[in-house]
Amino acid sequence: MSKQMETSTLGHKSSGVVLKDITKIFQQPDTGKDFVAVDHINLNIQDGEMVTLLGPSGCGKTTTLRMISGFEYPTSGSVFIGERDVAKIPPNKRGISMVFQSYALFPHLNIWENVAYGLKVAKASQEEVVRRTNAVMELMQLTGMERRFPNQLSGGQQQRVALARAVVIEPSVLLFDEPLSNLDAKLRESMRDELRALQKRLGITSLYVTHDQSEAMAISDRVVIMKDGVICQQGSPTEIYEQPNSRFVANFIGKANFIDGTFRGMDGQAALVEVGGHTFPIPAPGKMEGVQKDGPCCLTVRPESILLSAEEGPLPGVISRATYYGAKVEYEVMLGDQPIIVEVYNPQLSKRFAEGDQVHMTLIDRCVRVLA
Amino acid sequence: MANAAGSGGKSAARLKRRNETKMIMRQPIMLVAILAVIVLLLLFVVYPLVKVLLFSLTDETGAFSLATAAEIFSTSRYLKTFGRTMLLGVIVAVIATFIGYVFAYTITRTNVPCKGFLKTIATLPILSPPFILCLSIIFLFGRQGLITNGLLHITDNDVYGMGSLIVVQVLSFFPIAYMTLSGILSSIDASVEDAACNMGASRWHTFWTVTFPLSLPGIISGCLLVFIQSLEDFSNPATIGGDFTTLSVEVYQIITGSYDMQKGSVLALLMLVPTMVAYLLNKYWVNKKSFVTVTGKPTQARKLIDEAHIKWPLFIFCMLVAAVIILFYGTVVFGSFVKTWGYDYTLTLDQYSRALQQGWDSLRNSIVLGLVAALIGGLLGMVIAYITAKRDYYGKRFIEVSSVLMFAVPGTVLGIAYILAFNTGFLVLTGTATILVIVFVFRNMPVAIESGTTTLLQIDNSIEEASTILGAGSGYSFRRISLPMLRNAFFSGLVYSFVKAITAVSAIIFLVSPRWDLVTSKIYTLFDQAKYSQAAAFVTMMVIILLVFIGIFNGLINLLLAPRSRVPKGAGIHEKTEETK
Repeated sequence: MSKQMETSTLGHKSSGVVLKDITKIFQQPDTGKDFVAVDHINLNIQDGEMVTLLGPSGCGKTTTLRMISGFEYPTSGSVFIGERDVAKIPPNKRGISMVFQSYALFPHLNIWENVAYGLKVAKASQEEVVRRTNAVMELMQLTGMERRFPNQLSGGQQQRVALARAVVIEPSVLLFDEPLSNLDAKLRESMRDELRALQKRLGITSLYVTHDQSEAMAISDRVVIMKDGVICQQGSPTEIYEQPNSRFVANFIGKANFIDGTFRGMDGQAALVEVGGHTFPIPAPGKMEGVQKDGPCCLTVRPESILLSAEEGPLPGVISRATYYGAKVEYEVMLGDQPIIVEVYNPQLSKRFAEGDQVHMTLIDRCVRVLA
Repeated sequence: MANAAGSGGKSAARLKRRNETKMIMRQPIMLVAILAVIVLLLLFVVYPLVKVLLFSLTDETGAFSLATAAEIFSTSRYLKTFGRTMLLGVIVAVIATFIGYVFAYTITRTNVPCKGFLKTIATLPILSPPFILCLSIIFLFGRQGLITNGLLHITDNDVYGMGSLIVVQVLSFFPIAYMTLSGILSSIDASVEDAACNMGASRWHTFWTVTFPLSLPGIISGCLLVFIQSLEDFSNPATIGGDFTTLSVEVYQIITGSYDMQKGSVLALLMLVPTMVAYLLNKYWVNKKSFVTVTGKPTQARKLIDEAHIKWPLFIFCMLVAAVIILFYGTVVFGSFVKTWGYDYTLTLDQYSRALQQGWDSLRNSIVLGLVAALIGGLLGMVIAYITAKRDYYGKRFIEVSSVLMFAVPGTVLGIAYILAFNTGFLVLTGTATILVIVFVFRNMPVAIESGTTTLLQIDNSIEEASTILGAGSGYSFRRISLPMLRNAFFSGLVYSFVKAITAVSAIIFLVSPRWDLVTSKIYTLFDQAKYSQAAAFVTMMVIILLVFIGIFNGLINLLLAPRSRVPKGAGIHEKTEETK
């Protein structure tokens, strides 16, 4: 078996990916002006790691992915797959695989031929093609659908075929280009979990591009948030949510309230921030990059980290909107003229407020971060 | 600001073209294909057309001269012919489009029975060989006509002339209007009409305020297409027009009667200009005006009109047209089996045996040359579609325009152009089978190009990328992915090309030779000799041949293109296979 592997181009060892200072400049088709899609990005994906590129449309995440795949060439900088600089290697020789947003199944080939395609390209022996295709089909629960054509399958099944086709050649890196965006919400969640389980099981280094933050949180070892061609922040889903380093990240991942204040200095570990004449000690303020003493700053607090009370609390406000979601009630509370979003979970267990009610807000201080 | 952006856009497009041109220079196979196509188009499209243009504007010594043109414009006979041709075109266009619209509306909007039958009736005449309707109108209304003479005992009815010509052309060309209009009508979103209805508009009001305006581009387009067909039609005016001479007949008479090539080509240009204007209007103006957007989103099913006072009058109208068409076709088939039309209606196979004796060669030529041309045209069409659909380079626009040019050029003009270009000079082809094949290829190829291009544009780029990322090189991807997906387009181009080649008249009438005669020109000479029953036998055989070959092609398509779902031995067998990792 190992001998076979050596002669065929199949069975790449999973390997890491390194992006060194890559930049991609496009010429805009309508104006002819240069447009920097990716701006000096450095990224290091470990062997077997699942990394997600997350950002709004036009942030350069797909371009980054396509530079790894080889469908785009970086204007400057280099891409390493494993130890190899792949600058001069065309996409079909990079030993990587990709799952496309539109699935891109071959419409004239049946499911079996679709899945076996990469093995046949690599001229694997008939025995090997059959064995490995069967194995992957079974793994993806596609057994029995061999003779069907892509248009005879449901969206979720097509997604599985696309995945099977991508993993059957045992790529060293697997790229995902928003693969779940064509599925409906329920199916998307179950496919998401399936996909993550498969990736963990096969241990393939994966890069996943999405604009859906909950998808990114759910499947990633590491989330890389991009905006305007640069990386804003990267870290585990926990870090990204709990320690955002900018208002953009805090707002892009989940919801966040920003309360403007003035930084008055440190008290041990705690930061002292003055808001509306009161000074609050913030016990875990985060890195506070760019915050200067007696300079402006903002308190960043998630909607679920604010308590509402009719009687007491340091921040008085008026309910301007109450929306019932079942699992939670979302209130919009006017703090002066600034709207603050507050989420109360288990609404059956707590007091309900109506529009126009006077309330008092208490920030759960361990959950508050201080940003510039 | 907008201007600056516009000019910037142009320069970016230029830059893109330059880059892609450079890339193509590095792909030898691609480069060879492009150059070969350009040479072929220069030789067989541009050169003959330039030749006819130059020839009509020069005198014997080759100097520029408008003498012939001036002579034509000062001859009232030719001006009258021009006027007649235009008038006929307009009348036929209006009536044919009206009938086409009624058919299209009835089929797409109302709940009438026998829709399959109506659809067949409304598309069949497109496949029909020429001369059929002329024959039957002579059989029915001529001097020995079954209706005029047999029923009404009129012995001197003159069937030849404008009236018959209008009937015959309308019945021949209304399917073109029908196809355009049914496409437009069925792509109008049902909810737009429902919305009008919801707001209280009556059916009548809805039609005039919503449906009709939305289908107006289709109506104009249908009129223009029928107008073009009427203008270039040769077989009908030549056989049934009588004294009502149209341009195409005039040209034919001048060239075959007085051998005045120059006068013929000036008149041909006179034919070319309005045809080109109509063609360009339709292609660039009407198509841009179209409001219909195809989203590909399935909207809810249309609720068909079921009110008796709307659907039955429409149904009866369509059925009457259908009855006339069936009567005409049936008459020809019947006429091919009788001994002497008008005198002796004994059934006999004599006409067939005589026809085959004299015309078997021409029939065989038509089939063989038609097949050869269809194959070459289909393949060349795919190549042209492939090299133009998704690329941009210097010369691409030339390929795009010139490869479909012959579609818009009237057959008569084409015939003259080919005689002028290939009778003398560096490439002499007249009198050979080659010139017939070439005419068929370049005249009928645009349909193959069109369907090939549409198919290629529908293929998402990511499908080819998927093949690439799985390790396939560009050659492997083309063979295994692009080419198989073009098969349907290839076959539809092939069928169209074959039918058109077999039924062509005007384009080949100057190019056939005693050695290489074709069945359509054979039938035309039978008209001259008033051997109508024998002509009927030929036409009936052509119908059968067309049906048989279309059947064979369809069979082949099903055989070759039906999704064969094959898996190798051992695939998908349930057993505990070891996991991939």
